[in-house]
Order: sequence, then C-alpha cells, then structure tokens
Amino acid sequence: MTLAPPPSEPQNGLTLNALTVTQGNTALVRLTAHVLPGQVLTIMGPSGSGKSTLLSALIGALPPGFTSTGQVILDGRDLSGMAPQNRQIGLLFQDDVLFPHLSVAQNLGFGLKPGGSRADRHARIETALDRMGLAGFGPRDPATLSGGQRARVALMRTLLAEPKALLLDEPFSRLDQSLRAQIRALTFAEARNLPVILVTHDIEDARAAGGPILDPMGNPVGG
Amino acid sequence: MTLGGTLLGSAPWGLRAGLALPIAAGLAGTLAPALREGGFAGLWAWDGLGCAVRLSVGTGLGSTVLALAIALLIVAALSGTRSFGLLRRSLSPLLALPHAAAALGLAFLISPSGWIARALSPWATGWDNPPDLLILNDPMGLTLTLGLVAKEVPFLLLMALAALPQTDAHRRALVAASLGYGRVAGFALTTLPALYRSLRLPTFAVLAYAMTNVDMAMILGPNLPPPLAVQVTEWMSDPSLARLPTAAAGAVLQLALVIGTLGLWRLAEYALAPMIPALALRGSRGAGLDRLVAPLAQGLGLTLAASLGFGIAGLALWSFAGLWQFPDAFPARLNLATWAKALPDLTRTTATTLGLGLGSTAVALGLVLASLEAQGRRNLPDRAPTFKAWLIFLPLIIPQIAFLPGLQVLALHLGAKGGFVITAMVHSVFVIPYVYLSLAPAFGAWDARFGLAGATLGASPARIFWHLRAPMLLAPLLTAFAVGMAVSIGQYLPTLMIGGGRVETLTTEAIALSSGGNRRLIGAYALLQTMAPAVGFALALTLPRLIYANRRAMLAERPNL
Repeated sequence: MTLAPPPSEPQNGLTLNALTVTQGNTALVRLTAHVLPGQVLTIMGPSGSGKSTLLSALIGALPPGFTSTGQVILDGRDLSGMAPQNRQIGLLFQDDVLFPHLSVAQNLGFGLKPGGSRADRHARIETALDRMGLAGFGPRDPATLSGGQRARVALMRTLLAEPKALLLDEPFSRLDQSLRAQIRALTFAEARNLPVILVTHDIEDARAAGGPILDPMGNPVGG
Repeated sequence: MTLGGTLLGSAPWGLRAGLALPIAAGLAGTLAPALREGGFAGLWAWDGLGCAVRLSVGTGLGSTVLALAIALLIVAALSGTRSFGLLRRSLSPLLALPHAAAALGLAFLISPSGWIARALSPWATGWDNPPDLLILNDPMGLTLTLGLVAKEVPFLLLMALAALPQTDAHRRALVAASLGYGRVAGFALTTLPALYRSLRLPTFAVLAYAMTNVDMAMILGPNLPPPLAVQVTEWMSDPSLARLPTAAAGAVLQLALVIGTLGLWRLAEYALAPMIPALALRGSRGAGLDRLVAPLAQGLGLTLAASLGFGIAGLALWSFAGLWQFPDAFPARLNLATWAKALPDLTRTTATTLGLGLGSTAVALGLVLASLEAQGRRNLPDRAPTFKAWLIFLPLIIPQIAFLPGLQVLALHLGAKGGFVITAMVHSVFVIPYVYLSLAPAFGAWDARFGLAGATLGASPARIFWHLRAPMLLAPLLTAFAVGMAVSIGQYLPTLMIGGGRVETLTTEAIALSSGGNRRLIGAYALLQTMAPAVGFALALTLPRLIYANRRAMLAERPNL
C-alpha cells in the first residue's frame, strides 16, 4: 500500500487515481491510493459519508445524479466507462444476496467463470463446497442454510468468478459475534492474492483487516 | 450497441406507438365517414337518440357511482379485519370473469323464469308459470346498472388494495383511531383523498366502459331503443354499409358523451373535495358510523359475490340439464346431450379463443417486458409518469365503440378485415394496459442488488434478465399472462368488428346466442368462457409452487393479484 501517485508502468493491483465522486456541488469521495494484491484498504465512516457511493463508483454502477472523475486502474487496465460485468471486481454485500431461485450449487455455477466441460465445472463447484466445509450442500435450497453457511457460499460464489480485486461492503455486520471473526478470517485468507477494499463502520473489522484506514475523503482515520 | 440492445432501447417507443397509433387511426377512420352525407343528419333523424343518450349516461354514471361507493365502503369499514379477507378471496376471482358470462349468469338468475323465481315458486310466489315481468332488458336500464356494478366492484376494490400501501393507510388509521375517530370516519378523513388520486384513472376506465359497453348491454340492457353504443354496433353490422355514416356519427357522439361525462365527474371532484377538510375541522368522530357501515359493506360485497357466483353455477347447471320445467328449483335429470351435440363447434370456437388469447398476450407481454427492462437498464427515473399512466389507460378510457368502427373501415380498405392475425393484434391493444398494470409493480419491486450481484460476477444484462430477473419474477409473469388471456378471452366488440363475423370466439358466440332461447347451449358457451381464464389463473398460482417447491424464499410472499 502506497499513497504515492501511481507509477506510469502497468502493474498489479487496484489504483485509485484522484477518484472523485460528486453529487451536485458536494464532493462525497476523493481518494488516491494503490492497493497491492494481498493488501486491504479500509474505508471507514458513518453512514451517509459516501462509503456506498465509493463502492458504486468502483463497480461502475453510480446512480443518476452522481458524477465521477479520476481513474480506477486494475492491473494496468483503466476501468473508466466500463460496465460492471466487464470490470472483474468482485463484491460481497452486507447480506449474502444468494439467488433464491437457484440451489447452492447453481448459485456457485452462476458465479463460476464460463468455460470448461460440464463435468469439469461440476467438479470445480464440488471442490469449492468442500473447501468451505459445505460438502454435499450443492442441491440444497439456500433459504435452508444458516447465516454462516450462506456467508461462505456468497464468498465462494464471488471468488469462483475469478475477480482481479475484491470489494467488501460490511459483509460481516449481519453475523453474530461468534461467527464474525471466523468468517472475517476466512474471507481475508481466501482473498490473500487480491487487492481488497473493505468498507465498514466497525473499528474491529477495520483493525482486523490490518491495512491502512481512510475516510471517503482520503483522510487517515486514527485508532 | 448490439442489435438486441437497439431493439430493446426502442421498446418503450414501440409500446407507446402500439397503444396510440391504432387509437389515433381508428378515431380518424371514424370521424371521416361521420362527416359524409347521412352521417350526423341520419343520427339526428333517429327517434330513439334522446333515449339512447340518456341510457348511456344514466347507466354509466349510476353504475360507476355505486361501484365506487361500494368498493370504498368495503375498504373503509373492513380493511384489515377477518371478514375482509373472506370478501377479498370471494371477489378477486370474479375479476377474471368475462363481462358477457357475468351478464348471462345474472340473466339466468334474475329473469322471470330464472333461478331465484324458481327457488321461490310456487310456494312463496304462487307462480306456476313465469310471471310477465320485464326484469331483463327493462327500459330504464336498472338491470344493466346492477350487472355493471357487480362486475366493476371487484376491479375497483383490487385497484384500491393495490394503491393502499402507498397511502400509508395503516399508520393513518392508527393515528385517527388514537384520536377517537371511528374506522370509517378516520378512513374518509385521512386516507381517502390520497387513495382516490390512485383510483381516478381506474374509475375513469370504469365510467367509460359502463357508458359504452356493448356486451353486457346487449344481454341485460333495454332494446327499444338500446343504449347508444349498442345501436352504433347494430348500424355497423349492416352488411350493405348503408348505415356506416350514421354509425360513425353515433360513435363520434358517444366519444363526446364520454369526454363530457368525464369532465362532469372531474368538476364534481372539485366540488366535493373541500368537504373532507371541512368535516375534519368539525371534528366529529363518527364513532357510531362503523356499526352501520360495516354490516352494510359486508352485506353488499357478499351479495355481489353471491349473485355472480350463483349466476355462473346456474349457467353450468343449464348446460347439463335435461328436462327443467318452470317452477322446479333443479332439473329433473342431468345429461351431456348439449355438450355432445355442440362439441365440434365448441372445440373449434375454444381453439380460436385460446389462439387469439395466446397470440395477443404474447405480443403484449413481450412489448411490456422489453419496455420495462429497457427503462430499467437506462437507469433513468421515470420522467413523465403521469403522461405514461394516461397513455397506458388510453385504450381503457377512449371507448372501443369510438375507434373500432374506424379501424374496421381501415381494415376493410387494407383487405385485412376478418383475419385472425389482425384481430389478435387489435386484441393486444386492450391486453397491453392490463398486462402492464399487472406486471409493472412486481417488476419494479425486484431487489436491484440481485442484478448488481450478477453484474459483479461478470453476467451481462441479458444474462441477468434471463437467468435472474425473469425466473425470480415467474409468479408475477404468469399472473400477468393469465390477466392478458382473460382480457383477450372477454373481448367482444374488437372480435366482432375486426373479425367481421369470421373470427368466432366463445364470447361472440355466447352473445350471439343470448337473444335466442337455447339456455342449455348459452350455458355451455358461457361456462367455457368462464373456465378458460380461470384455468389460466389456476396455472399461474400453481406452477410457481410446483417449480419452486424446494425454494422456500420464492414461496415466502405473494403480493396481490
């Protein structure tokens, strides 16, 4: 993690180059940062402080009325103007957002990068379930899973799409205390080769991430 | 942008054009012959004109005021209570009941030789023969008014229920109750003004339909003279086209009457609106009102539901009846003779009916879905929702009788009259509004985070639509399809005029038979006409439960119809 201006040569990681989001005349986000694979940048602030605006700008889904300037560069690719599905940025939501009409395996299959034979894909889904301690859960209805199990399926679904960066939108806030640390550790472990941006209002999550902590306007947050 | 994307982007315009163009062309096509020789002159020369106009306005206004009043009374006095659930469950299926079947059922129930007279004879009435009473086709149109009320209360009630959550009705009722207001008074003072704003367009549609309908009026309404719309239809049906200018002039007059009456209604709104704040200022709690209004609303609602329900049961019974002499409450024996004899005709007519329904609904649903999806993808707020609401309601407010004659003339010139495809296309003009009204709320309420989750997983908008949004909206999609089918199955005038007598559906046949005396055959056609949409709704309710039997979150909630 460096706060220096991004280097001119393409390099691995997620770069925010004077990324600024404004609504009317109010700037909600102003960030310059470079997040290397394996690093976590935490953005902290109270609700309404522009955290979710930042996430929308990063995935390319800003609502009407917002304008963004500056650049988002991922592994040397400038993402400006790119549609969400082409950005290769994975997102974990506050709750799991598992698709209720699909089984657990079908949810994972939806995420899994296209290509490979049917048997091949099936095997990859089984391996992923195994890894999460959810062997045999493939045909299950996601609505019958516990909160921790759903969180793990959501994480796996995101990672199977093979994103080049990962955004976390308070993904641990709905979990109870005992699960929270466990899922958090699992998420950071699974994402160890990706640049990660964590958005949270919880100082414990921020500290556990281990990286620098900024507010949406780029000011360091003490703690 | 891809070809598919371009097509999708033009869908909202296609939808608008699909609604506005046929209506505009039809109106123009109606106006032109009306201005020819024998047009208005022929109309003014007709003796029955004054009476026909009075009938149109009288039955239209009377039935609309009554239907709106009953629907509002039911919402005011009963919403949230247990008897409301019962009433709602018994009234909502009646929405799918075609107007013609409802009218035929009522006719079988209340005519001098109908089921009610039979049930009461001879022990209570002393009648051994049907009495010589003019109950059906009474010259003042009272029976027609009653039939229209019975059919429109379920529609207005469900429209009110759909709009109620947006009015914050529950909390307003709590506030009013905590200030000591009775249920009905609290509703009238706090919720009614907001609710009425959402009910205005549906009410206008009801008023326009009631003033101009042909199918119910032919069965229940007066004959000599009939209401104006029926007379126009009769003039249009003259194969020599000699009365075409007079018919067109009548259609133009009918349109003017509807516009004038809608204007009158709007003036009445302005006059009545200040009453609510004035009453609120007086502060009387109206607590005693509830004891009076609640049983009244419940009684009226159940009577309407029962009259339509028993009407349909009567139709069914007649179609299986052997000998059924007058004072007997039930037929002496039941058999399948009617069905067996009419089977080839019934099969052919049912096939045509379903074909028209499937074709027109598929077109309508495709246009509506593409239009909604295109709006959603552009991620733009609705810039002119009022304008669009008016456009969607246009085919329901501009009377069919005003622009179908013009369309018929155009179809004739193009050599397309009497074709199945053109008839289906004209059906879809009337199917689109209902499909839109049925689908749009559920489509808009879909949680956008599912789409965002799909996009961040690399799914294209098309994949998100086909694999996430459409399957998750399976239940509302099927309901919208069933609604569209029901609307198409019930169409009378478009089938008659555009089909030119060559496209025979269950509805046109049932109405053609209604003037004759063959109750068994009428019963068979009307029963099939009732069953066809009912099967559609049953499938729309059952299929999602079967398909998503193992998906708990998909079954959790099913909002209104």
